[in-house]
Amino acid sequence: MNTNVKMTRRAFLKADASLGMGLILAFHMPIALSKAGSLAIAENSVTNASFEPNAFIRISSDNSITVVVKHLEMGQGISTGLPTLIAEELDADWEQIKVESAPAQARLYRNLIWGSLQGTGASNSMANSFTQMRQAGATARAMLVTAAADRWNVPASEVTVSKGVVQHNGRKLEASFGELVEAASQLTIPDNITLKDVKDFDYIGKHVARKDTLDKLNGTAQYTIDMQRPDMLTAVVAHPPLFGAKVKSFDASKAKTIKGVVEIVQIPSGVAVLANGFWPAKLGRDALTIEWDTSAANTLGSDEVLDQYKALAKTPGAIVRSEGDVDKALAGASKRLTASFEFPYLAHAAMEPMDCAMQVNEQGCEMWHGEQMQTLTQLNVSKVLGLKLDQIKINTLYAGGSFGRRGNPQSDFQSETAHIIKAMAKRVPVKLIWTREDDMQAGFYRPLNYHTLEAGLDDEGNIIAWHHRIVGQSILAGTMLNSVLLEKGNDPMTMDGAKDIPYIMPNILVDLHTPKVNVPVLWWRSVAHTHTAFVETFIDELAVEANKDPIEFRRSQLAGQSRLLNVLNLAVEKSGWDEVMPTGRGRGIAVHKSFNTYVAQVAEVTISKAGELTVDRVTCVVDCGIAVNPKIIESQMQGGIGFGLSAALKGAITLKQGQVEQSNFHDYQPIRMNEMPYIDVHIVDSNEAPSGVGEPGVPPIAPAVCNAIFMVTGKRIRSLPISLHDLSYA
Amino acid sequence: MLTLLVNGEKRHIDVEIDTPLLWVLRDNLGLTGTKYGCGMALCGACTVHINGVAVRSCVTPVSSVIGKDITTIEGLSQECNHPLQKAWSEEQVSQCGYCQSGQIMSAAALLATTANPTDTDIDHAMSVNICRCATYQRIRAAIHIAAKVGS
Repeated sequence: MNTNVKMTRRAFLKADASLGMGLILAFHMPIALSKAGSLAIAENSVTNASFEPNAFIRISSDNSITVVVKHLEMGQGISTGLPTLIAEELDADWEQIKVESAPAQARLYRNLIWGSLQGTGASNSMANSFTQMRQAGATARAMLVTAAADRWNVPASEVTVSKGVVQHNGRKLEASFGELVEAASQLTIPDNITLKDVKDFDYIGKHVARKDTLDKLNGTAQYTIDMQRPDMLTAVVAHPPLFGAKVKSFDASKAKTIKGVVEIVQIPSGVAVLANGFWPAKLGRDALTIEWDTSAANTLGSDEVLDQYKALAKTPGAIVRSEGDVDKALAGASKRLTASFEFPYLAHAAMEPMDCAMQVNEQGCEMWHGEQMQTLTQLNVSKVLGLKLDQIKINTLYAGGSFGRRGNPQSDFQSETAHIIKAMAKRVPVKLIWTREDDMQAGFYRPLNYHTLEAGLDDEGNIIAWHHRIVGQSILAGTMLNSVLLEKGNDPMTMDGAKDIPYIMPNILVDLHTPKVNVPVLWWRSVAHTHTAFVETFIDELAVEANKDPIEFRRSQLAGQSRLLNVLNLAVEKSGWDEVMPTGRGRGIAVHKSFNTYVAQVAEVTISKAGELTVDRVTCVVDCGIAVNPKIIESQMQGGIGFGLSAALKGAITLKQGQVEQSNFHDYQPIRMNEMPYIDVHIVDSNEAPSGVGEPGVPPIAPAVCNAIFMVTGKRIRSLPISLHDLSYA
Repeated sequence: MLTLLVNGEKRHIDVEIDTPLLWVLRDNLGLTGTKYGCGMALCGACTVHINGVAVRSCVTPVSSVIGKDITTIEGLSQECNHPLQKAWSEEQVSQCGYCQSGQIMSAAALLATTANPTDTDIDHAMSVNICRCATYQRIRAAIHIAAKVGS
């Protein structure tokens, strides 16, 4: 057994050197990475003899294949997507494949687009893993083939593999992977491996059943909130009523009398009540009397924040993109159009509120939770606990939704858990559970944004001038990612989709203000694109101004954007755009590229004269390169549209005198089944490298719906959510 | 000491009688398939059956269900053989999966009273359940499939 484990560690080291080193690293984090092996792979590692050609594959003598997935499964399907790539190149049987979540060990499991960071986000899980996982699978296959060839004394070129069976056809020999495990594990890892040609794919592009289906149907799927450890206590925290407020004093005498309450501790983010179970912890939390120091707290309301932004928008911002001479072009334009847009703060409101389980002992800290940014959380938690980075072991569990929220560079709820344990008299395991109210009120929102736009058209209706000014908080400011991700001093998380607007713009100015407001903000499914894509409504306004059909106008102004034009044209065709709609019904279109994926959506709405709106149907066309799993892509588009529609129709987090006004799903309302449109998704056939699908479904839906509203009512929606507006018409 | 009848088994527990059933199931009985989402009967993640009727366990005091037949997702079919679980699997409904226990329990209660529901029936019954991944279209399709199998 011992020798086997040692062999495994060597294999890891070899594998690391052989995988993905040629890829360009987008940035380097100033992080001291852990030495290999100290956290090793999951505890339940090796029971049978096994073959571990690299850090992603473990083939056991019982013929099972465990794929170690380095990305968080938060619903997007990556725990199926990555094993699909390995199964493809390994020629495994899909039923053989089991999935295990990778430990936090960036040296082995980093996101190749993020340099030395292990993490999941920016819809790049598939993009960064596509070649890496295929190489991992192909390497394992080559070694199994060599092992079989050696055993049978035949040339490796005569050995074939199909559905997990290794064969020599001429001599009618066959072996399972399991039978070859011992021999394969003695072999040297080959340097040169060949990946399959696209035309030979058996799994990629076909329907492959998700690996996380059955356990999510019978209650056995393990989420953070389900974690149990011996002696574990549940923590519920009283957070400050205002961002930036601190505990001045508190009285816990009443809370202590509640049966089940064990300990009450003060932490930087409030007061934590620890109890045997959630309910006594919550009762204890609610029974606390706390006096808060609000001297450094935000007391601005969101209306006041917006007013400040409007004032700021009258002044020039930091230049993000400047080409030609916008002022001159505007002066010479035959038609000029201006608009301003307002976007509220938004909560992620994942179904599973923020939560984290943690145990600290002499060896270090072990965590169990859904985590998008393992390396950053290791760093943040190690600072709180005074431990080394490699003493923070993270078991990444399923996340009950995330949408960016569990990928906070500040690791807020994870650090909060560490602070609780640090403050406790006895270091028993702790499970922190935020209530829905905590989840909605304790922060980290899509930032409030204010945009102004001015455009000029020439005689023929071409856009000749474009000035787009954005005012919104920086997401990166104050985080450890600030120094590495800024682009020429600007935060791309506030301007992506605006600086790279795809329309032909001979004269363009995009400028940006990122005022500091003491409201915590974070990326929210599709980040800046949640608001920058909304200019698709302005494009529609320009089309009207130019006396052109919105489709024709886009076609003419998108010349050269072949993939975007393709999704636009397909959406027109699939939606039946040219069919006349009856009174009270209308269509709107929007196209947008985000995370290297091209999406067009046509929304169909019905609006009564009294202004009652329903979104009936959405036609969605997506070009995400090679479609690894079409059924998952379809679900991500439907889900992204549902998520974006929730925000567009009703989503807003508002503050009054600094206090968040919404608290639960009665006043922050995601759409429900009766509000969900029928969505048909069309995936462009492509051999381009795969790009993301988790986020790109979100951005086009709000402008598509608003363009449809205009078609019916003649009203332009310039602030979200739509529910703020009277849509009645005569 | 209270005695509850959960998934056909008698279970004895020592809790305050006003504790919501949800937390008794999760923290005292280890039945964690039933999820917490809002605590205010707004999202349906905690849906269980009491005498066959779908209720929100997060606002149901445990004292009110003594002597009643309580069914949780764990009691539906651990092997995923229930027609709804099969249909959910066929349609690949789940994304993050967190709300799906509640969705399935709401759907099971619907099919118990309405064997062949229309889209409107489904919308009406299922609108108590929120899914932030917006899997609604596949949920509706899966309910229709299960209804066909049942009839």
